[in-house]
Amino acid sequence: MTDKIDIRSANPLAAQAYQARLKKRYRAERRFRAYGLAAIMTAGMILLFLLNAIIFASLPAFSHHYMRLDVEISTDYVSAQTPQEGNYLGLVRAALREQFPDVTARRDKRALYKILSLGAADGLQKRVMAAPDLVGTRVSLDVPLSDDIDLMLKGLIDRSLPQSDRIVSDRDLVWVDKLLAEDRITRKFAFALFTNGDSREPEMAGIRGALVGSLWTLLVTLIVSFPLGVLAAIYLEEVAPKNRATALIEVNINNLAAVPSIVYGLLGLAVFINFFHLPRSAPLVGGLVLALMTLPRIIIPTRAAFAAIPPSIREAALGVGASRTQVIMHHVLPLAMPGILTGTIIGLAQAAGETAPLLMIGMMAFIVDVPGDVTAKATVLPAQIYMWANNPERAFVARTSAGIVVLLTLLLVVNAAAIYFRRRFEKRW
Amino acid sequence: MTNIENPKVKIKARNMTVHYGDAQALHGIDLDLNANEVTALIGPSGCGKSTFLRCINRMNDVIDGCRVGGSLSIDEQDVYDAAVDVVELRARVGMVFQKPNPFPKSIYDNVAYGPRIHGMAQDRASLDALVERSLKRAGLWQEVKDRLSASGTSLSGGQQQRLCIARAIAVNPDIVLMDEPCSALDPIATAVIEELMEELRRDYTIVIVTHSMQQAARISQRTAYFHLGDLVEHGQTETIFTTPQHQQTEAYISGKIG
Repeated sequence: MTDKIDIRSANPLAAQAYQARLKKRYRAERRFRAYGLAAIMTAGMILLFLLNAIIFASLPAFSHHYMRLDVEISTDYVSAQTPQEGNYLGLVRAALREQFPDVTARRDKRALYKILSLGAADGLQKRVMAAPDLVGTRVSLDVPLSDDIDLMLKGLIDRSLPQSDRIVSDRDLVWVDKLLAEDRITRKFAFALFTNGDSREPEMAGIRGALVGSLWTLLVTLIVSFPLGVLAAIYLEEVAPKNRATALIEVNINNLAAVPSIVYGLLGLAVFINFFHLPRSAPLVGGLVLALMTLPRIIIPTRAAFAAIPPSIREAALGVGASRTQVIMHHVLPLAMPGILTGTIIGLAQAAGETAPLLMIGMMAFIVDVPGDVTAKATVLPAQIYMWANNPERAFVARTSAGIVVLLTLLLVVNAAAIYFRRRFEKRW
Repeated sequence: MTNIENPKVKIKARNMTVHYGDAQALHGIDLDLNANEVTALIGPSGCGKSTFLRCINRMNDVIDGCRVGGSLSIDEQDVYDAAVDVVELRARVGMVFQKPNPFPKSIYDNVAYGPRIHGMAQDRASLDALVERSLKRAGLWQEVKDRLSASGTSLSGGQQQRLCIARAIAVNPDIVLMDEPCSALDPIATAVIEELMEELRRDYTIVIVTHSMQQAARISQRTAYFHLGDLVEHGQTETIFTTPQHQQTEAYISGKIG
C-alpha cells in the first residue's frame, strides 16, 4: 500500500509553488475587497458632497427677514363694510413713511417702498378680512422685506462693495441700518415657502402649488398604472399561452421601458390633448402620460416576481383542487406582492422626478394657484425647480435648492412607505 | 377491507399515451389499480412513472405542450371526459409531492385551505375539527397542536411532508397520489410516513412512485414496473419481487440497471 501523497511535503519544489500560489490567491482576495470598499466609499462621498451642497445652498430659503410696523388701519384706505376692496399696500406704505418722516420727495418715497416686499400687505389683508372690526384701530405686525434687502441681511450681498456693484443702494443701507438700530427687523421661518404657489417675487414664491401638482399627478399615475400593470403581468405570466404573439408582446414591453420619456410626452400631446381634448397643463394628462411611461416599469418586475414563486407552491395549490384563479389570488399574488410593490414604487419615484414628458403637455408653466383637482392647471416639483433655476433674481438660487430638498423628501417618504408595506406583506406568512 | 384475491378496481387506464411536445413519454399503458391498496410504481428515472401518476389527477394539464391520449377512468368515470371538472377531480384525488411544499402560511391554514376553497366546513368549529382530524390522521397532531399558528415552513422536513399529507386528506379524497414522498427525508421520518400509508390504506387508494425497492416491497400490495415509457410488468408485490416474469424487471430490482 502506498500512502496518500501530501502535495505540501512530497516534493520541496511543489511545496514552494503551492505556498506561492496560496499567497497570490490571498493577495487577489484582499485586492478585490479593497476595490469594492473604495467604490462604495467614493460613491458615498460623492453622495454626501452632493446632499451637503444642496442642503447648504437651500438654507437661506427657509428663513426670511421681517420688519415690525405699527399700522393705523385708517378708513381712508379700508372700509369695514367692504374690506376686500381696501388698499392695504397703501396702509403699509403709510406706516413705513411714518418711520422715515424726512423722506418726502416722490422718487425717494418710491425707493423707500422697495425695501418692502410686494406681498408686504398680504398678511394684513388676511387679518382684516377675517375681523373687519379692526378697521379704525392700530395694529402691530411683521411685514416681509424685499428679497434684496433680505439677502443683504443674510450676508449674501456684500455691503462693502462699491454701490455700483451691488443691487442694494447706499440709501437703502442707511434706512435698513436705522430699522436695525430700532430693533424692528427680525428673522423668521419662511412659511411662505410651503404655503404659497409660485410667484415672480422670490420671497413670495412657494413650493406648495408644485408639490400638490406632483401629488395629483402621481395619484393619477398610480391609479392607472398599478392595476393595469399588475393585470397585464398576471395575464402574460400566468394565463397567456407561450407562443409567438406573447413573445412579441414581451419584447415590445421590454423595449418600451427603454423609450426616451419625451416620446411619451409627444404621444400624450397627440392622443390625450389633441384627440381626446383633455385639458392642457392638467395633472390628469400628466398622470396619464407618466402612467404610460411607468407601465413597463411595473410589468417587468411584476412578471419577475411571479416567475420567482417556486412552482411547488402552484402544484401544491392545484393538488388540493384550487382553480387557476385561486392559485393566483390565494398564493402567487400575495407571495409576489413585495416584489410588485418594489417595482411600483421605483416606477413611481422615477415618474415623480420626470420633466421631459410633461414639457409637451404644458405642465412646465408658471402657475400661481395651488391646483384643487386633477383638471386644474398645475406644474410639478421638478418643473418648478427648473423654472426657479432659470429666474434671474439671486434669491431664487436658494429656493431652487429648497425645491430639490422638498423633492428628495417626497421621494424619501415614498420609499419609506414602500419599505413599510413590503414588511407588512412579508409578515403575513 | 382489502381483499387481495378479489379486489375492486378503482382506477382503470387503457392505452394511455403522453407526449411532451414531440417526445413521447408514455406508450400505451394498460393498468388497473385497486381500491384500498397501495400500488407502487417503480422504474429507472425517466421511465414515465411520475408522468402516469400525474395523469390520474390531470396535473399534466398545466404543462405546456403536454398531450394525453387513451382513456383513464376512476370508478368507471372517464377522467378526461369534457364534462369532468378538473378542480373537482383534484379534490377527489389528492397529491403529495417529492419535495415537501407547505404553503408559507400557518400550519392551520395549510390544512384548512382545501376545505375552505371547497366550502367543506360550515363554521369555524367544524373547520377546527376537520383540521384536527386531518392532522391526527397524518400523525402530526401531537407535535403541532400547541403551535397551529406557526408557519408551515418552520417545521422539519419530515413534519412538513406529513403536513402536506394532512393537507391532501383534509379534502377527503378517494385516492392519494404520492410522488416519491420520502426521497427528501431521513430514515426515521420515512418510517413514520410508511406507517402512515399502511394506516391510510383502509380509507384511501394510494398510488406511490418510489425509487426505493425496499420501500416498494415494504408498503405496497401491488407493484408496477415501468421502463422507457412502457409498462413492463405489474402484479402482486410479492410476486414481482420474488418471481418476476421479465428479465428487465429482475435486473432492475436486483440493482443491475437503473
